[in-house]
Amino acid sequence: MAWGEFKNTAAERRLFQRRAMVVLVFVVILMAGLLARMYQLQIVEHDIYTTLSDKNRVQVQSVPPPRGLVYDRNNVLLAENRPVFSLTVVPERVGDMEEMLARLSEILDIADEDLERFERRLREPRRPYQAIPLNYDLDEGEIARMAVHRHQFPGVEVEAELVRYYPHSELTAHALGFVGRINREELQRIDPVNYAGTNYIGKSGIERFYEEALHGQVGYQHVETNARGRILRVLERVNPVPGEDLQLHLDLRLQRRAHELLEGRRGAIIAIEPATGGILALASVPGFDANKFVTGISVKDYRELSQSIDKPLFNRALRGQYPPASTIKPMMAVAALDSGVTDRERRIWDPGYFQLREGGRRFRNWNRSGDGWVDLKYSMARSNDVYFYEVGVEMGVDVMSEYLARFGFGEDATLDVSGALDGLLPTADWKRAVKSEPWYPGDSVNMSIGQGFLLSTPMQLATATALIANRGVWAEPRLLKDVRGDRPVETFLPEPSREPLILKDPDDWEYVVETMEEVMHGARGTARRAARGASYRMAGKTGTAQVFSLGEGEEYDAEQIRERLRDHALYVGFAPADKPEIAVAIIIENGGGGSGVAAPVARALFDAWLEEFPAAEAESVVTQASDPGAVH
Amino acid sequence: MAGGRLWSSQGTSDLGRARSIWSVLHLDPVLLGLLLLLISGGLFVLFSGADRNIDVVKAQGMRLGVGFIVMFVFAQLDPAVFRRWAPWLYALGLVGLVAVLLVGVGAKGAQRWLALPGLPRFQPSEFMKLVVPMMAAWYLSRYYLPPSFGRVMAGLVIVLLPMFLIIQQPDLGTSLLVGMAGIFVVFFAGISWKLITAFLAMVSVSAPLMWFFVMREYQKQRVLTLLDPQSDPLGAGWNIIQSKTAIGSGGMDGKGWLQGTQSHLEFLPESHTDFIVAVLAEEFGFIGMVLLLAVYFLIILRCLYIAVTAQDSFCRLVAGALTMTFFIYVFVNIGMVSGLLPVVGVPLPLISYGGTSSVTLMAAFGVLMSIHTHRRMITA
Repeated sequence: MAWGEFKNTAAERRLFQRRAMVVLVFVVILMAGLLARMYQLQIVEHDIYTTLSDKNRVQVQSVPPPRGLVYDRNNVLLAENRPVFSLTVVPERVGDMEEMLARLSEILDIADEDLERFERRLREPRRPYQAIPLNYDLDEGEIARMAVHRHQFPGVEVEAELVRYYPHSELTAHALGFVGRINREELQRIDPVNYAGTNYIGKSGIERFYEEALHGQVGYQHVETNARGRILRVLERVNPVPGEDLQLHLDLRLQRRAHELLEGRRGAIIAIEPATGGILALASVPGFDANKFVTGISVKDYRELSQSIDKPLFNRALRGQYPPASTIKPMMAVAALDSGVTDRERRIWDPGYFQLREGGRRFRNWNRSGDGWVDLKYSMARSNDVYFYEVGVEMGVDVMSEYLARFGFGEDATLDVSGALDGLLPTADWKRAVKSEPWYPGDSVNMSIGQGFLLSTPMQLATATALIANRGVWAEPRLLKDVRGDRPVETFLPEPSREPLILKDPDDWEYVVETMEEVMHGARGTARRAARGASYRMAGKTGTAQVFSLGEGEEYDAEQIRERLRDHALYVGFAPADKPEIAVAIIIENGGGGSGVAAPVARALFDAWLEEFPAAEAESVVTQASDPGAVH
Repeated sequence: MAGGRLWSSQGTSDLGRARSIWSVLHLDPVLLGLLLLLISGGLFVLFSGADRNIDVVKAQGMRLGVGFIVMFVFAQLDPAVFRRWAPWLYALGLVGLVAVLLVGVGAKGAQRWLALPGLPRFQPSEFMKLVVPMMAAWYLSRYYLPPSFGRVMAGLVIVLLPMFLIIQQPDLGTSLLVGMAGIFVVFFAGISWKLITAFLAMVSVSAPLMWFFVMREYQKQRVLTLLDPQSDPLGAGWNIIQSKTAIGSGGMDGKGWLQGTQSHLEFLPESHTDFIVAVLAEEFGFIGMVLLLAVYFLIILRCLYIAVTAQDSFCRLVAGALTMTFFIYVFVNIGMVSGLLPVVGVPLPLISYGGTSSVTLMAAFGVLMSIHTHRRMITA
């Protein structure tokens, strides 16, 4: 070997052995270091990392409760939940949103409105990693196409969601209200835990009033997810408590009949069961399809609805504030009798007009030629204004207001009807405060026949009429009849608080009812034509409210102006007169005279409720009993 | 014919005692047994780390099979062959490294591969892990040991030249491993402690200079991430946080084979390559880690024994350096996964999924077995 130098092999071996020992010590120390590190991580800090690991993989997810269903009094389904497939996007998982949307629109037809709404929701504050819906109600073809292309769209999912559906859409929109997407203000108000998985909330009507009961309690599940958030398995699940199923007093048959009777007109009908206060029908026509509002109405549809001259979104039954006109007379009659300004025998001379003083302004009776000597019963039957002018002035505003307040005017007297307005019950103080003018006796004259400042909603008229039907015993109007769960209905209904209206002479109730019967059945009753041929006695009062003015700047064509300047037709009443089962208030805007237009509508409702429906029920019981196919 | 002498060094002349099957095959049964234990255990961990993908295990098994063949071939060669060929292989390696920089292919912004027509894809830097210690040992063992200062310097040049070229690729991990292999040769050769102290002092002074002038941004980021993984929990810190969580949540006896949630739910990145030890720690716990470290330690111990009992300085230096390279693999990988060291791309030897390093490592064990089994009868 060509090694250039002399080598001391033994010395080199010893040198290497020494270095190997050093290296071995080095190795042992570092290995011990690794072992110590493992001991630290796996034994000393084990709990910390176990927690971290569990937090990694286990997520708590909310499980939204199914919303309670709503039935009418005959268990006909009015509001249910339908699975709807929607396309949702988790923005945090999408890289380039614009690019993704562009690609997505090649596969699916995304409406500009949906895109607009999506982008609006994208800018709104929301929970992180919460999916934002992009497209609702995918059809099967769209679902299939998404399934094929799904891998190209991380963060985009097709989700099935239970969405509110109203099978009788237009019939029930104003009676039930509707649910809609939770908006920003509602987000501040709701319990974030209970609504963790919920996208919808009651916006109006009973959906809003019974939101808490209908919503139920959120459930949750511990799920194991991978790093990309996909659920691998459910570890533990606490089921949600479904919302309560509600049964309403509403009768869909009567509701439908009410809509049919108002078909092609604008108006409202309220029907109440006097004994219970249960609302049998709550119709405001024209209605609208509440289903459009659930997942979010398109701008075009909304514009169409909100700008329609017929105001379909306007709930006339609860929010329409009209002069009650002569339909206030039964309540005025009660007030006049009980306050002692008149009695059953008192007669007043009607020359066709009323004057506060000699030579003063003439307040005319609707019958210009005058009715001559009139008593209370005759004045009710003929709807004589002069009699009521006289007793109204004698009572004065304070007495009238006091009595009308006890009938429920001037405030929302309903128990569970959301959104009902108060109307306007004027007082001397009110006029001084709002109009900076004293209350003139002329104001009392107008008020006595339901004109002037006095405003009332159809709901208030129905409520006051039901109070007469009940002879002063209050049963506040309510929609909720029963709940399906174990809890009694009283736990959900607000506490009724109204004192009964007790008259000094309780027999005055019967007398006023008698005068109302005279309206229907009397020889000269204003609504006698509507009562012709009836097998039962009814009590009622017609009304015709003058339409004073149009809103400034509203552009209607001449035909419409003429139509819309016509009087409102009103009617209140109940039947049968001695044992009332139904009390109604009807207004038909620009319908003309109450006796000719509104009273026949009431008669149709009375007939349906007292004769037609019970007969149909009896028949169906008979056919079911005699149907051999029903017996197995 | 040169081959004749190559194969005959023992065969006919060792008449003194009965020759075992192992010396005929030129294999060391102790080392072989330990390697088989490590590899078979490692394949089980790999099956779990690859999320029950049997194809990955099969592919790794194939590679390790190739590795065993390479080891067997290398074991048959006489150490003298390595010594004679060392300078030429070293020169060839340098040419290869330069070629990589000029015409190499690669991925993720690094050029590491050489794709020569007619040859399988080839990584010269892997090759240098074996050749650099051989070259350094060849040079230093020509003269008396311990080496003079000038020869130490020359030896360092031999080491630093390929290191510099590999850093240019850039591949810090391999460069450090190649450098460590060469430096251990210098250390084993007997470099004086005074010089070692001086070098360490120099390194500690130059470290800040390295930080500002040499290290690339991603390398600095790795160091910073090591110091504070929470500073970027979804980016660079993610790997360390998740691997520490995997290890720590394993506890004393682990979550059980295939039961590791960190790896199977995809929280742990690179769970079948560089971070596979976290899978083992999660599923087999502290006990599993003790066993793994014990096997590695026994392998290192056996290899150091082979080095100490080797017959000449070249063999001792090569064997010692290759052993320490293996140890550095183990230490850097586990240190990195457990958050002690910055993240550098160093696989867990013989367990991580990956071809080239397994084959290189098996070749190194082949060299060690060759050194152990080709013993000349020395008549003093």
